Amino acid sequence: MSQTVVRPPQIRRALGKKRAGGLAILFAFMLFFYGPLLYMFILAFANSYNFPAIMPNEFGFMWWDYVFKQPNTLVSITNSFLFAVCSTALSFVICIPAAYALARFQFTGRKLVMFLFLLGNAFPKIGMYTSMGIIFYKVGLMGTFMGVLLIHMLGTMMQMIWLPAGAFRSVPRHLEEAARDAGAGPLRTFFKVTLPVAWPGIAVALLYAFIGSLGESVGTLFVGLPQWRTMMTEMYGVILDFPATAGAVFALLLIIPNFVLLLLMRKYIGAETMAKGFKMS
Amino acid sequence: MLEIINMTKLYKTGDGVKDINLTIREGELVTLLGPSGCGKTTILRTIGGFLNVDGGDIRIAGQSIIHLPPEKRPTSMVFQAYNLWPHMRVFDNLEFGLKLRKIPRAERARRISEMMALVKMSGMEKKYPGQMSGGQQQRIAIARALLLEPQVLLLDEPFSALDAKIRQQMREELRKIQTDLNITVAFVTHDQEEAMALSDRVVVMNKGNIEQEGSPQDIYHRPQSRYVADFIGEMNFLQMPDKKVLAVRPEHVEVSPGSGGDLDGYVRTIMMLGHYIEMTVDTDHGIVKAFISDEQAQSFGRGDAVTLRFGRKQEYTTP
Repeated sequence: MSQTVVRPPQIRRALGKKRAGGLAILFAFMLFFYGPLLYMFILAFANSYNFPAIMPNEFGFMWWDYVFKQPNTLVSITNSFLFAVCSTALSFVICIPAAYALARFQFTGRKLVMFLFLLGNAFPKIGMYTSMGIIFYKVGLMGTFMGVLLIHMLGTMMQMIWLPAGAFRSVPRHLEEAARDAGAGPLRTFFKVTLPVAWPGIAVALLYAFIGSLGESVGTLFVGLPQWRTMMTEMYGVILDFPATAGAVFALLLIIPNFVLLLLMRKYIGAETMAKGFKMS
Repeated sequence: MLEIINMTKLYKTGDGVKDINLTIREGELVTLLGPSGCGKTTILRTIGGFLNVDGGDIRIAGQSIIHLPPEKRPTSMVFQAYNLWPHMRVFDNLEFGLKLRKIPRAERARRISEMMALVKMSGMEKKYPGQMSGGQQQRIAIARALLLEPQVLLLDEPFSALDAKIRQQMREELRKIQTDLNITVAFVTHDQEEAMALSDRVVVMNKGNIEQEGSPQDIYHRPQSRYVADFIGEMNFLQMPDKKVLAVRPEHVEVSPGSGGDLDGYVRTIMMLGHYIEMTVDTDHGIVKAFISDEQAQSFGRGDAVTLRFGRKQEYTTP
């Protein structure tokens, strides 16, 4: 009788230990994962900071002011978005029809085309950039807008073919046939039925392409400098020439657009659609 | 009205249909019946325009349609699944085709509400397909096809994905709508019961060929080949000498005690199947299934010596 009364508290303690252990692991993981980000966040708003102190002496917006006063900053931010928008939009126009063809039509060389495309992205990018650089020198594309755009499109085109092809493949054929049956031609069927139904996968592809382009660095450095600067290429310079606090500000500047994009996507496209989009690939 | 003349469609694998000749008269409901791979869907899709023919012709009201794309053919199709566009409401699904034909808004709304009432789905206009059951979706699919006022309505196993009870209901409603509106229909199914219940004529198919064509009664009572006899309803096959096979339906087998009938045997099993009893009898030529009444079942037991008398029967020669 007394045993049954004693047992519950013992169990509670045992559970507590297990839960405490789990929480500790979670805490350690969160620290490892978010610690550097948090630190960088603090640094960005540190007016004066002396290593090896952990916390800054003074907080403020001094370094934000400094970074924005640099002549290259605003230019590089504009350029990053310029290239992201242009490469994503151009890839969209070129790749969506190609993705549809790859998904729906059985033409000779189809497997070869898919393989070659995949191959292009399987190689270390440095090799691709070097060979592109050689050709660009010959053709006069080095340091030009078009040259950098082509570099960015290497990445965006991959995104806009692979995921959309999967999305188109997952559109049930009967839906398209029903539209034709109802009197719609192939083009109308594509815009009124195929594209809307495949939209989740395509939206995710657009997101990946845009964010990928914002993060493009090595190729842009190689081909674009010094005429075309993006935030990523500026980052190299900032890290080298300026104190850690300026670097932290710049890093935050890089993170903000990605974060905003994800929020916008979540609001206008919805978490469910995005999940469906990932599933579609 | 619909004429298929020497039509051939072959796939790379060698499957397909060859030299198909078939006519469907106006107002007729003809069913293409057969197992998977027999070619019934192939024929339907060539009529609808979703497959090109390799040879022959398809004519509707005398005009050849084989060079027309699906959107220009006077046919409309209901598929087994994935009919309705999920990103559009029921009303928009129904309106799609009418808008393309430049029918004015008020007239569109009128036709749609009339059709919704016909398929007993009034009030569901603002729903999305994903919010409806399978049966409801198929009703809307049929409504949409009918709104296009096709000269031939094509249905590709439209009820196969539905529950048995709903299937029956849909069958009856479709038949009623079809006869009321005198619509010409080509129906495809693998369910022989469905084919018999719905059709004016049944076309039994096997491996790309038409085995037999006729009214449900014809097909049932006078199957011309062993394949058709076996496919439709229940049939007993008894191996006879000289490569002959005797075929007789369970309901045409009369069971009496003792001997002296067409064939003697011993009672093997007696099974209660609801409104009738099924008895199997062991004979020298194989196991025979017979349908007997409750009273008869009382008088027989397993192992009893019985004699069988055959009513309507067919004889086939094995090649």
